[in-house]
Amino acid sequence: MGDALHLAGQLVLSGDPDLWEIVLLSLRVSLIATLIACIIGLAIGSLLAVSRFRGRSAVLVVINALMGLPPVVVGLIVYLNLSRSGPLGFLGLLYTPTAMIIAQTILITPIIAALSRQILEDLNHEYAEQFRSFGLSRIGQMKALLWDGRFALLTVALAGFGRAVAEVGAVIIVGGNIDHLTRVMTTAIALETSKGDLPLALALGMILLTIALVVNGFVQSVRSTATRAAYA
Amino acid sequence: MRDFVDMPDARTRHEQGLTLSGISLSRNGTTLLNDITCALPPSGITAVMGPNGAGKSLLLRVAHGLIDADQGLVLWQGDAVTEEARKAQAMVFQKPVLLRRSVEANVDFALKVAGIRHPSLRDALLNRVGLKGRNKQPARLLSGGEQQRLALARALATNPKLLFLDEPTASLDPTSARMIEDILREERDAGTKIVLVTHDVPQARRLADDVLFLTSGQLHCHQDAASFFQTPDSPEAARFLAGHILN
Repeated sequence: MGDALHLAGQLVLSGDPDLWEIVLLSLRVSLIATLIACIIGLAIGSLLAVSRFRGRSAVLVVINALMGLPPVVVGLIVYLNLSRSGPLGFLGLLYTPTAMIIAQTILITPIIAALSRQILEDLNHEYAEQFRSFGLSRIGQMKALLWDGRFALLTVALAGFGRAVAEVGAVIIVGGNIDHLTRVMTTAIALETSKGDLPLALALGMILLTIALVVNGFVQSVRSTATRAAYA
Repeated sequence: MRDFVDMPDARTRHEQGLTLSGISLSRNGTTLLNDITCALPPSGITAVMGPNGAGKSLLLRVAHGLIDADQGLVLWQGDAVTEEARKAQAMVFQKPVLLRRSVEANVDFALKVAGIRHPSLRDALLNRVGLKGRNKQPARLLSGGEQQRLALARALATNPKLLFLDEPTASLDPTSARMIEDILREERDAGTKIVLVTHDVPQARRLADDVLFLTSGQLHCHQDAASFFQTPDSPEAARFLAGHILN
């Protein structure tokens, strides 16, 4: 174990190209998935926060339930759609980073939609009368809530990114864990551990943890600054 | 009481003020507003007075269109208060609802909503409410009085023809209260119709041109201010002015 940790440290510090290729691909896939999920999820969350309609409670139940989507099920559904015989097979996306982005986006969009809806609805309770007094349109309300809730929503985006970057079940099904093409940190850790190559698995694990710490620290710092200025 | 101001259909639209006709509102079997009918003049300051729980703030919200009454009609200059019509009105709440932005961004927001693009207007408004040079400060870090003055500046940014204020000086220091009262007088003189909820009798004496008096959701009298404070039409109002506690 000690030797493995020592070798893992060396791998990280030596700038091993294979290791950093995996890390960069992981970040690229998860960041793009988080960005797309934020665009879709925040739009849904803000719309639900300012809307009242028949069946709204049922929609909320479904979105909240989707937060717990099993990654392997998402992987399977995306696989069936992208496989050669599936409806989107002609796109040739299976076993590409794009397929992994699609799977991660599906997985984290409900998380971002549900959490942002709760935050923005709480904010809207405070602002609703003032917005009505202004005669603000629904779109105007959504935009104002998203802007004023931006610091709290950073945490939501972080939760989505955390789920995406740590996810293994869906990306291994639709990405295939192909070396130099679709191998990301989580799938590589799973593979190297099963092969007994603990140094690489540990090195990737250390980087994954470091990324989580750095991103969390950054978001916490931004939120603290915003709270001090009464913007959060 | 209903004859204090002629009903609006006898006037031209421009001369018509705020008309409340048969406003009733109940929640959970409790009557909160009971068949309130009155016609407020198109200019001047109307003070809405009464003890706590009289329905003053609720009446203000119904008049502004924030709450729909179960029955009755609200007309401003002869027209129903639609979303569009509400843009010619503004309201300042007892607890100011400020956006999580800077002082100037709060005013800019109101200017943008009103479709007003006049760069110097924001600074003029902040200057008017005594917040000159505070543009970049977070609005929520202002003192209570400053926050209320910013809320008033934001309301005035939309250049309202009808301004509602719900106890705007409650819990403010005398300096802030006086500044707000001065601005309300200026607005009245400029032709803005103001409806002010207050249970501060001296303030109503200083500002009001006419007074609505409510208790328990019931309108007891609507009189011009001078006669209201001299000889109120209702015994409840007389007891209220004498400092008695009304149920």
